[in-house]
Amino acid sequence: MQTQKTIIEKIWDQHVVYREDGKPDLLYIDLHLVHEVTSPQAFEGLKQNGRKVRRPDRTFATMDHNIPTKNQHIIKDLISKKQIETLEQNCQEFNIPLADINHPDNGIVHVIGPELGLTHPGKTIVCGDSHTSTHGAFGALAFGIGTSEVEHVLATQTLWQAPPKTMNVKVIGKLGTGVSAKDLILAIIAKYGVRFGTGYVIEYTGEAILSLSMEERMTICNMSIEAGARAGLIAPDDTTFEYLRGRKYSPVGAAFDENVSKWRSLTTDQGASYDSTVEIDAAEVAPQVTWGTNPGMCIPVDGQIPEPEAAATTNEKTEIQRALDYMGLEAGQPITSVKIDHVFIGSCTNSRLSDLRKAASIIQGRKVSPSVQAIVVPGSKTVKLAAEQEGIDKIFIDAGFEWRDAGCSMCLAMNDDVVPAGERCASTSNRNFEGRQGTGSRTHLVSPEMAAAAAIEGHFVDIRHYSAVTMKA
Amino acid sequence: MEPIRIHKGLVYPLNRSNVDTDQIIPKQFLKRIERQGFGQFLFYDWRFDQEGNLHDDFSLNASKYEGTSILVAGENFGCGSSREHAPWALQDFGFKIVIAPSFADIFKNNCVKNGILAIELSEEQTQSLMKRGEKELFHLTINLESKTIEDSDGWQIPFHILDYTREMLLNGLDEIGITLLHEEKISQFELSYS
Ligand code: SF4
Repeated sequence: MQTQKTIIEKIWDQHVVYREDGKPDLLYIDLHLVHEVTSPQAFEGLKQNGRKVRRPDRTFATMDHNIPTKNQHIIKDLISKKQIETLEQNCQEFNIPLADINHPDNGIVHVIGPELGLTHPGKTIVCGDSHTSTHGAFGALAFGIGTSEVEHVLATQTLWQAPPKTMNVKVIGKLGTGVSAKDLILAIIAKYGVRFGTGYVIEYTGEAILSLSMEERMTICNMSIEAGARAGLIAPDDTTFEYLRGRKYSPVGAAFDENVSKWRSLTTDQGASYDSTVEIDAAEVAPQVTWGTNPGMCIPVDGQIPEPEAAATTNEKTEIQRALDYMGLEAGQPITSVKIDHVFIGSCTNSRLSDLRKAASIIQGRKVSPSVQAIVVPGSKTVKLAAEQEGIDKIFIDAGFEWRDAGCSMCLAMNDDVVPAGERCASTSNRNFEGRQGTGSRTHLVSPEMAAAAAIEGHFVDIRHYSAVTMKA
Repeated sequence: MEPIRIHKGLVYPLNRSNVDTDQIIPKQFLKRIERQGFGQFLFYDWRFDQEGNLHDDFSLNASKYEGTSILVAGENFGCGSSREHAPWALQDFGFKIVIAPSFADIFKNNCVKNGILAIELSEEQTQSLMKRGEKELFHLTINLESKTIEDSDGWQIPFHILDYTREMLLNGLDEIGITLLHEEKISQFELSYS
């Protein structure tokens, strides 16, 4: 019998309600986060079958995907409005706490969960949203589910799930100056591809990971799904505990310390084995820019857009050519020569206070290029308020950015924040799929610092040299 | 959920890898609060231009594929967002079977919950169906009871599927109903758990 376990197996085993040969495990869910887009049909299913929500106290809802970031109360799109109202009605009917548009806790679901201290180490957390993997930054097992599964969790607080395979992504060395957590996760996906994580839960380990702040760890875990992984997590440590201390829903006083001593055992045992291990050297990672139509189509900022001819297979060649055509780019072109029309700083990947601070430090005293339209969308009302208290909003506004209200916004363009067809956006979000930011839109994923510098210059620049210039000035 | 046992249908080959759920159904169509009616939006940006006219160069628009119910696609089909609107759109359009070398995990789960059979074949097997589909129109019979795929000429291959998934699909089971039979175990678990 194997006694050494990975953190993934530890959390899993602690949550198995029922196990039978030949079946997935019945897994208990500690926290269920809900938003307006993937829940209406689930509530409808409950009603049709006369079922209740088993644990409203383990359920928490917010509205984020549809809501406007200008004039938040005027939702022009009637279908969006209906979806928002439906969530309000459902939460009322089933007694589920809701951070609605008027609530100070409102924001993007994966920003507010950690911020409110709902996310804890060792918890199983689900949400009808693939970027639920974000919460793994706290050493939680957190994964996205579909609407039928949302209904299942509402009714039973459990899910049937086959145990995952385990993977260790080991990041040795240290990130260089100007290189961020976003660059690291993009570089990992660029190196191993958009499906290397399929079927796995990833544990990120190594020196470079341990030295990251909680907000940076969230950026890493957030994009685990872009590697195809079921979830991604980082073992909790003092950085985690300090972040959680004093949060609204964190345990208080002695109970907090008790939890901390329990959480400390959530590490992978020495000698435990993973089903797979990959390694990357942080020191080799440069700032990244995606050039194509999935997050793996990504190059270092000093690199060139790939040649289809260099592809290993015909399929790959076609894929690269298709992406180049869609993106309106030439093979062999340096990425720094690519001119942009829009900048979006926001999304559950990079819209937290530290992201905004970093972007602000780049643009301070500078002006957005006249050919660029730039917006900042804080991840939550709390982030927005904190940034305003620090005067960060002023820095953005003075530079020529629009300072908006919290929401998903241009990450998926379900509200009015849309990139027009054929136009190009440097975005701190997580997906550069065709049409993601609007039909025909062209997305380049970058870090907040890189997005900020691109806004100023009107094209991509290598932030490592750009920062140096700022320091001398 | 409608059970699947044996299904015969026309094959549509979509020779693309990493088809994400934003392509299967773009976000502007996720605002509805119903489960039905998403078929018209399937692959919207590929099927239609900005004015809503059909694109001639997207093969699914060709009349010869009318009534198709078996989709053959490249690897990592259904990656990206967890939106169940993707299988809803496929199903509402008429697809009952999706064949690919690999699927994204959440998408695969979402298929089962809606009575869509997602079959993983090897890269070679998928490509040979793809090539054949690009040359000619042909039908396949998918037999979930015997876990086989065959054509009308007697060609046949087996496919693998988890017993649990197979049971769910064969019987069109209501999973929540099954889980609620374990309610006492869930309560016990909650009691023993802090
Ligand atoms: S910010 Fe973007 S990726 Fe994150 S939850 Fe919202 S839509 Fe999804």
